[in-house]
Amino acid sequence: MEPILEVSRLSISFTQYDRGVHQRRLPVIRDLSLTIAPGQVAAVVGSSGSGKSLLAHAILGILPYNAHLEGQLRYRGAPLTPRRMEALRGHEIVLVPQNAGYLDPLMKVGPQIRKGRRDKAARSRSLGVLARYGLGPETEDLYPFELSGGMARRVLISTAVAESPRLVIADEPTPGLDARAAGRILGHFREIADGGAGVLLITHDLELALTIADRVAVFYAGETVEEAAAADFARLERLRHPYTRALWHALPQNGFQSIPGGQPYPGAQPPGCAFAPRCPDARPECGGAVPWRPFQGGMVRCLYPKGGTAV
Amino acid sequence: MRHRLGFAGKKLLRMVLLLLGVSLAAFLLMSASPLDPLQTNVGQAALGSMSPEQVARLEEYWGVHTPPVQRYLGWLGDFLRGDMGTSLLYRAPVRQVLGERLANSLWLMVFAWIFSGILGLVLGVTAGANRGRLPDRIIRGCCLTISSTPAFWLALLLLVIFAVWLGVLPIGLSIPIGADAASVTLADRLRHAALPALTLSITGMANIALHTREKMADIMTSDYVLFARARGEPKGSIIWRHGLRNVALPALTLQFASISEIFGGSVLVEQVFSYPGLGQAAVTAGLGGDLPLLLGITVISAAIVFGGNLIADLLYGIVDPRIRRGVACT
Repeated sequence: MEPILEVSRLSISFTQYDRGVHQRRLPVIRDLSLTIAPGQVAAVVGSSGSGKSLLAHAILGILPYNAHLEGQLRYRGAPLTPRRMEALRGHEIVLVPQNAGYLDPLMKVGPQIRKGRRDKAARSRSLGVLARYGLGPETEDLYPFELSGGMARRVLISTAVAESPRLVIADEPTPGLDARAAGRILGHFREIADGGAGVLLITHDLELALTIADRVAVFYAGETVEEAAAADFARLERLRHPYTRALWHALPQNGFQSIPGGQPYPGAQPPGCAFAPRCPDARPECGGAVPWRPFQGGMVRCLYPKGGTAV
Repeated sequence: MRHRLGFAGKKLLRMVLLLLGVSLAAFLLMSASPLDPLQTNVGQAALGSMSPEQVARLEEYWGVHTPPVQRYLGWLGDFLRGDMGTSLLYRAPVRQVLGERLANSLWLMVFAWIFSGILGLVLGVTAGANRGRLPDRIIRGCCLTISSTPAFWLALLLLVIFAVWLGVLPIGLSIPIGADAASVTLADRLRHAALPALTLSITGMANIALHTREKMADIMTSDYVLFARARGEPKGSIIWRHGLRNVALPALTLQFASISEIFGGSVLVEQVFSYPGLGQAAVTAGLGGDLPLLLGITVISAAIVFGGNLIADLLYGIVDPRIRRGVACT
């Protein structure tokens, strides 16, 4: 099937003023590749500060003015130009943001879902989507500050579903929710995908992402280090990249072990593999170019990958 | 509702204390003034030619030998009974002088207040929504220039342009010189009020525009505007639906807080245009040692400014759903 979204070799950098008038380019996302098919949930998993949200903003064309974009974005087979982004965003491509802070604090929920439309059809539609997520008609008359965390998430999903989208980008939809509520919210995204849309789930929570995702792209310091089927995460031996393996070990059911060190800040990445300084298997060659390449049923950015589906 | 009444009650108590403090401060400053009312108002030469009895009568009239505590308490006692005393300079009840002056000034201030509010809001929203681009740079440049210009200097500039060079507007006063009070028309009054009102409006506008711009720029970089963009809302709709809605609350506070600035500005501006308003009366009373009039003006001005802020606070509770409903919930 034709993919809904193909991201290939996407790089995002910011122009910054450093010490007075000296300009510098700050790379935040480097060489990111990703594909989402209809009916699929693709999760992008990475720790905070790895540049995940910018990926969402890049696809929607709402990056700040000092951002610089390279690489290619294709939507349903054709290049996703800024003009196309503008025409599609909010209709075919929708964003589900993190929390109620993304709703206008002084506008009631109903008008926000309807985006200012006042006709009867829009009204019945907004009531319909709210009802679909177990929210009664009285929700329309609430202000964002009157919503609980879980309600706010469902309202945000309602804003997306009210548009009948083909691609839903969910940017960290679960923080602050307890495991059951988070599971329910993710269930809603699975439903949307089962309805035929593509879902890009951006999260730092690998464990939750695995409950609904078909494909998982692991993000480290602004780069995708591995793209694998969610099923690969069932067994450690199938994982290809050392960072993915480290993430696997950090899951509660797999020993809850973390590795020392932290992710480098944007602009401070070492040359070559960004994970090399923390990698147990790093060799001198890892300081050179490390290509993004297919490996055993997945994609990996490592000179000495392991595992794969053949194992 | 009960909460709001309690809130208003507390505010009123605070207002009484404030007025007491302000009147006391004005009185103390006046007592500490090195200006001798006799010398200022009668003149050194005239005093020298007077008999000691005449001087003594004048000293009694100006209250030179009355102890300060007694003077203040006497004024306060009368004031509480509703008697604001008699102006020493105008030789008329303070209430009457205030009434006339306030009526004159109110023209200016109400016009300047509304005009500066509307124009300031429009310019501020325009600049904030286009931050960093040409409209913003022009508006910000103009507003910064105006706010760093002293009000009296701006008044002189307008005076030179409109009254001297172009000759389209009168040079000062509130009615034509030498005209019979009965023959003065409304158009005359408006023409005389135009320049002072314009000066006050321009200085007030710059401040409001700069503050509104800051708020609007914050709103445009907020998460909810980002989300509105992500949802495909066009910029005009974002400014209209989200920008104005969210800038309304700070603008309201700003608008009522600007009463005090317009009041302060009117003192200088009325002086430049010899406009017989409250501000000019305040200067005359202060320099001439007219204690009852000065205290009267001080108390009335403080009450109006306080009233403005109080209205803003109360309106906030009605307009902002977070306060209105937040209170209703608890």
